[in-house]
Amino acid sequence: MKQVADKLITPISPIRNFFDRGMTILAFGLTLLGIFPLISVLWNIVSKGLPGLTGKMFTQAIIDDGFANAIVGTLIMVAIGAVLSIPIGVATGIYLAEYQPTGKINRTIRFLTTILTGVPSIVVGIFTYDVIVLVTKKLFDFSYSAVAGGISLAIIMLPIIALTTEEVLKLVPITFRLASSGLGGSNFQTIWRIILPTALPAISTGILLALARATGETAPLLFTALFAQDWAENILSPTGSLPVLIFNLYNDPDPVKNQLVWTASLFLLGIVLAINLPARLILGKGR
Amino acid sequence: MSSPHNLSAPTPITSLGRQKRPSKADTTDRAFRYLMYAASGVSIVILVLMVATITEHSLPALKQFGLGFLTGREWNVPDLKFGALPLIYGTIGSSAIALIFAIPIGLSVAIVTSEDLLPKWLRSGVAFTIELIAAIPSVIFGLWGFYTFVPLLRPVQDFLHAKFGYIPLFSTEPSGFGLLTAGMLLAIMILPTLAAVSREVLLVVPGYLRTGSMALGATRWETIFRVVLPKAFSGIIGGVMLALGRALGETMAVTMVIGNATTIGASLFEPAYSIPAILANQFGEAQDDLHLGALTCLVLILFVLTLAVNIGAIGLVRLVERGAK
Repeated sequence: MKQVADKLITPISPIRNFFDRGMTILAFGLTLLGIFPLISVLWNIVSKGLPGLTGKMFTQAIIDDGFANAIVGTLIMVAIGAVLSIPIGVATGIYLAEYQPTGKINRTIRFLTTILTGVPSIVVGIFTYDVIVLVTKKLFDFSYSAVAGGISLAIIMLPIIALTTEEVLKLVPITFRLASSGLGGSNFQTIWRIILPTALPAISTGILLALARATGETAPLLFTALFAQDWAENILSPTGSLPVLIFNLYNDPDPVKNQLVWTASLFLLGIVLAINLPARLILGKGR
Repeated sequence: MSSPHNLSAPTPITSLGRQKRPSKADTTDRAFRYLMYAASGVSIVILVLMVATITEHSLPALKQFGLGFLTGREWNVPDLKFGALPLIYGTIGSSAIALIFAIPIGLSVAIVTSEDLLPKWLRSGVAFTIELIAAIPSVIFGLWGFYTFVPLLRPVQDFLHAKFGYIPLFSTEPSGFGLLTAGMLLAIMILPTLAAVSREVLLVVPGYLRTGSMALGATRWETIFRVVLPKAFSGIIGGVMLALGRALGETMAVTMVIGNATTIGASLFEPAYSIPAILANQFGEAQDDLHLGALTCLVLILFVLTLAVNIGAIGLVRLVERGAK
């Protein structure tokens, strides 16, 4: 009897056991290794940026050792980008999700929109330079401007907003549509009064994530908004922004400017994470 | 096709409510539809315009250089000699290094956060933390790379050079900046994409495959390697290609650590230059038409490269989604 029991519960061979344990340890080790850079970046930026933080930085322009003009520039350009991309992006999302989502035209639009998300941001920047900056230089008497910067940020945001809106609208239960239709609601009434209000919180979260992404983008602004050490005269003149400030001055020998870069990074990272943390938590829970 | 969330609102039956509805609602309905249709065309117009502009701007230079541009090994601005090979090498090389580092780590993260190795709250916590990496702006990674990552790697590279300097890969005196550093920084930046896509794919592998494999006596990792990963293979490759697309086009962080020298060397420690990096540094200052033309040709090369990789990635991910239904 005991012999049979022994045969039945033969433990797996030590090699297999060792392989199994080893792989578990390796996988955990590599995962920790993947988390390490995040912690290092956060620690690095906070420890170098925080000690040099002064109130003056938020009121003075870069030439006076502050970065207030870069904050304002970033806000203006992200706002221009948002105004241009949010309506078009949400409308694209509505079209993709609500009007024959499996039709041929619809599939093509979705495919090309996805392709647009994959275009490198530096290519978007150079494209905007070609079609906006060069044209305004020829036709009007301004070239690099906050408007051009805002347009290139809009091109970055548009497909992101469109695709997240579509995803979110797909989650609205079919019963809502059937009920509205059954009561005699047209497509427009169903979308406008039932579906959009239901999906609004999630759509806004998606838009916020796109805004955060645009806030940190550097490459699209290099040849469109350029940079300015002082306050921009208006939105048609070269404008400074936080990411471009970091890129232009990161190697500056002047310790004051160097400190400015670290504190600007801390501020930029703060904005981006302040949007991302709650937004991602909310979106993650919805899934 | 048949899953409920893919259905759009059914159109009302014509013979019933339609005649009674005031025609105003009907016009609004139609106007709204056309408005949405028009808006969704904007992305396409942008994309088409992008292809047209980039081709138009690079065509004269492309004609002038000919195919030799792709194989030219020299990029010399003062002498106006332009060859794209060092830049293509730097772009693809750094992305390849990024994949070598990011694939094992990304897969580990995906497996740890999709298998039942950890309690559920910890699993989603780890996944969330890795996802946060994607939120950090590229230029901040560059800053961290320049001031922290490079000094951190320097001793390791010095050690490799001292001990294994006879191997061509480690043959040059490391400065900290170069192809390897850029590739490793890219690996960190594409990790969230790779991990997230792989995780999604692993989560849709049906549970009965796992239980079946374990019931036949396979251990956990035998199940993962022989059943789960093969099943998820095409989806994971899709995720890898998506990450590769990101890596190829990544600009700021690479510019700050790759060393910015248009050389092709066997050594990983040698400074290099990628297409996005040279565009960021030289496009604004290019005076000569030939120089500007050469840079625009690089834009075209980068665009085509990322387009091909992304189309492949989307195709694979679609294939997996269709298989899962």
